[in-house]
Amino acid sequence: MDFIAILSIFVLACFVGYYVVWSVTPALHTPLMSVTNAISSVIIVGALVASAEAGSATAKWLGLAAVVMASVNIFGGFAVTERMLAMYKKKEKK
Amino acid sequence: NPWVGLAYLVAGVLFILALRGLSHPTTSRAGNRYGMAGMLIAVVTTLVTHDLASLPEILVAIGIGGVIGFVIARRIKMTDMPQLVAAFHSLVGLAAVLVGWAAYLNPEAFSILLPSGAINPVSRLELGLGIAIGAITFSGSVIAFLKLAGKMSGAPILLPARHLINLGTLAAILGLTGWFMTDQAIWIIATITVLAFVIGFLLIIPIGGADMPVVVSMLNSYSGWAAAAMGFTLGNTAMIVTGALVGSSGAILSYIMCRAMNRSFISVIAGGFGAEASAAGG
Repeated sequence: MDFIAILSIFVLACFVGYYVVWSVTPALHTPLMSVTNAISSVIIVGALVASAEAGSATAKWLGLAAVVMASVNIFGGFAVTERMLAMYKKKEKK
Repeated sequence: NPWVGLAYLVAGVLFILALRGLSHPTTSRAGNRYGMAGMLIAVVTTLVTHDLASLPEILVAIGIGGVIGFVIARRIKMTDMPQLVAAFHSLVGLAAVLVGWAAYLNPEAFSILLPSGAINPVSRLELGLGIAIGAITFSGSVIAFLKLAGKMSGAPILLPARHLINLGTLAAILGLTGWFMTDQAIWIIATITVLAFVIGFLLIIPIGGADMPVVVSMLNSYSGWAAAAMGFTLGNTAMIVTGALVGSSGAILSYIMCRAMNRSFISVIAGGFGAEASAAGG
């Protein structure tokens, strides 16, 4: 894809990120951090490409190692966020 | 294939909804679900649109990581949450470094090879920056984890002339990245990687105590920028959008947290400026 098109997407997404979190409730700082952490594991897409393609065995194993790390993060990150949010819900009911 | 781009767009929108949802207690759980859905779409789209030379290995890798992540998430004590998030960040950082190296070693797979047989210079710039940010995220998060887990003294460690050392190392990384654009020798990218590991360590050791949550949030932001840099290399909009979202929202969240503690954002990030100022003031 042409570089300027990609750059435009990048800059606009930066602004979205900027505006979306301004109003976050202080109690949700940690869950927000853990969900953005889980989301940043989208790096798994790059890891999958690296491990899927034939060509370089080293690149493939580096890719697979990265897939393992990103998966720990995806499953761990979303699950731990779910746990934290469940806790807040209980607190509200009291 | 336009469907691929559309699927990544849907994933990007779901990630925006996830961040938005997490801003309010009433929508927070829906937000987390949006995030899961977005990740599922991104992963499945990538898997079905690439020639998979090694699907069993990939599924095993996802399985191993998934089980480890899930078990940790279930067993961790709520009080250990900050160090867990720091540990998770270090994985994203290291994954970014590995993906960058894989792209360098197998540029054809990432479509960044020029007909001349060289790697596209713009891609080399993105690789250099992506690997550097990933390495900083990794070593910085490891230090943050060790400090928060009490496995290392939480007190700031102040090296003499540390600002000079940090600036020098950063300048060297940027200079080498520029050089890497003209010469794709392996020693340049290897030196960038090593220097970035060192600077991540140096940036976090002078920070301690109450500033640690801000550091964790800032490292979160770095992991986003690393993912975005890799997204540029791959020309993958899902990675760019997500990386930019995480990068900018993480930076804003760190700023909000600093403001809540009445601390200067710059002094926390630069590491130890604040310690000096409060020592002088007190």
